[in-house]
Amino acid sequence: MAINTLSQLAVYSLVVGFIMTFVVITGFAYTTLLERKLLARLQHRVGPNRAGYIPIPTRGGKERKLLGGFMQPAADAVKLFFKEDMTPVMVDKWTYFLAPIITVIPAIFILAVIPWAGFVPYITPEGRDYFAIAPGINVGVLFILAITSISVYGVVLAGWSSNSKYAILGGIRASAQMISYELAMGLTVLVPVMLANSMDLGVIVEGQRGMWYLFLQPIAALVFWIAALAELQRAPFDLLEAEQELSAGFTVEYSSMRFGMFFLAEYMKMIIFCALFAVFFLGGYRGPFVDQVPALGFVYTALKVFLGLCVMIWIRASLPRFRYDQLMSFGWKVLLPISVVNFMIVAVMIVLVEEGVLGF
Amino acid sequence: MFGEIIKGLGTTLKHLFMPPVTIQYPEQKRPVRTRFKGRHELKRYDNGLERCIGCSLCAAACPADAIFVEASENTDEARYSPGERYASTYEINMLRCIFCGYCEDACPTQAIVLEHNYELSFYDRASAIYTKEMLIVDVPVNGRATPQVVEPGVFTRSIPDMENPK
Repeated sequence: MAINTLSQLAVYSLVVGFIMTFVVITGFAYTTLLERKLLARLQHRVGPNRAGYIPIPTRGGKERKLLGGFMQPAADAVKLFFKEDMTPVMVDKWTYFLAPIITVIPAIFILAVIPWAGFVPYITPEGRDYFAIAPGINVGVLFILAITSISVYGVVLAGWSSNSKYAILGGIRASAQMISYELAMGLTVLVPVMLANSMDLGVIVEGQRGMWYLFLQPIAALVFWIAALAELQRAPFDLLEAEQELSAGFTVEYSSMRFGMFFLAEYMKMIIFCALFAVFFLGGYRGPFVDQVPALGFVYTALKVFLGLCVMIWIRASLPRFRYDQLMSFGWKVLLPISVVNFMIVAVMIVLVEEGVLGF
Repeated sequence: MFGEIIKGLGTTLKHLFMPPVTIQYPEQKRPVRTRFKGRHELKRYDNGLERCIGCSLCAAACPADAIFVEASENTDEARYSPGERYASTYEINMLRCIFCGYCEDACPTQAIVLEHNYELSFYDRASAIYTKEMLIVDVPVNGRATPQVVEPGVFTRSIPDMENPK
């Protein structure tokens, strides 16, 4: 399949974009199930196991059930759609309706540049280095940083337009938190960019052919992971929707699928940030035999994303929530200096290696 | 700080591999304690006569005002319980009942006992009122159903001779 004209390129991007969005939205649904199941097991519970199962036929005896609860996401979706969609009287209508959309769209946008697999001959047209919606954008990292900054608007506007004190407090916390941790994240993302000498995510993945950047730069990986958790408002940084103090933060006045959209954005961003972590530090789609069978790249990416999600859920089950001042001082006084120093050391080292002062 | 975080993560990871403690409720029921106070039952004597004599002491003792009793006269042609009277209406509003067991304590004939059924749920308020037919236990194997036709002058005492507490 050779792509020559711009229209063919557009069709290709649209088709792949549709597939990827669909896959990630399905992934979102099952991420919720994974979270509920794994969190339950971490707390000695069973988790949802009623909605749907695969019966195993046994000769007489007790009927055995496999994969109990695998239809739970569908049940949740049906519940969310059929719930009454209430709009409080005092809200700012336009902003109130726009906020969930503004939250979801950037989450989908980030998908565009993530390389899900290498060059797959029967899917990726010639001249494309890797499988993505928009492969070969040479400012992929910049694009991601820009789009993640936009997504804070949805949260802030949701908090402000709800005309409720809990919501506005949640929104304010969200904006402060996301801006603080974005700095540390931006600086750590620069480390893989410098090591690969490119902002193209595909080139960053190919740069990890010899060794994952996780082993080369464990500090950067750790800082990126913490900053990503803060960016996603996951535990232990979930204090903008702290149930105990703010009831639900910025989502408190939302119901039905409008609430579901915030949920959707949050879980989609979880998947996306796990994919980004895989790209930056875990060698993306690279793995054994991926050069011989390029389609294996999908499997490796999925595996790494799954691992990342499990770690996120594990952290949620283990760590208590940060206090607001702790969060701020941790972000500004610990993470930011570490990432700046690390960034400078890496820069100096790269120059020294290139000048031949240090030999590897 | 990181030491504690690693320790905490280790603890949760250890618990991931422990079996869950959940009891799959509708299929798997946990036995209640012997003195558990669940739904009331109106007891019978071995010969099938009802223990309840319609004295309304339970209704008087009830702090939630959940019990309603209406008594009628026994005759030897239609005998429900020993003695003069029996409860022709006995209703407990399960939405009001607080399962304190005072009715059980007040009962002079040990007719009302809080038993072990705790599955009390209703679709509307009217069905929360348990009538005498729902509360009374089945006739024992050697007994006869009430009303019974009995010989005159046998069941004159409404309160039986009590045994000493064991």
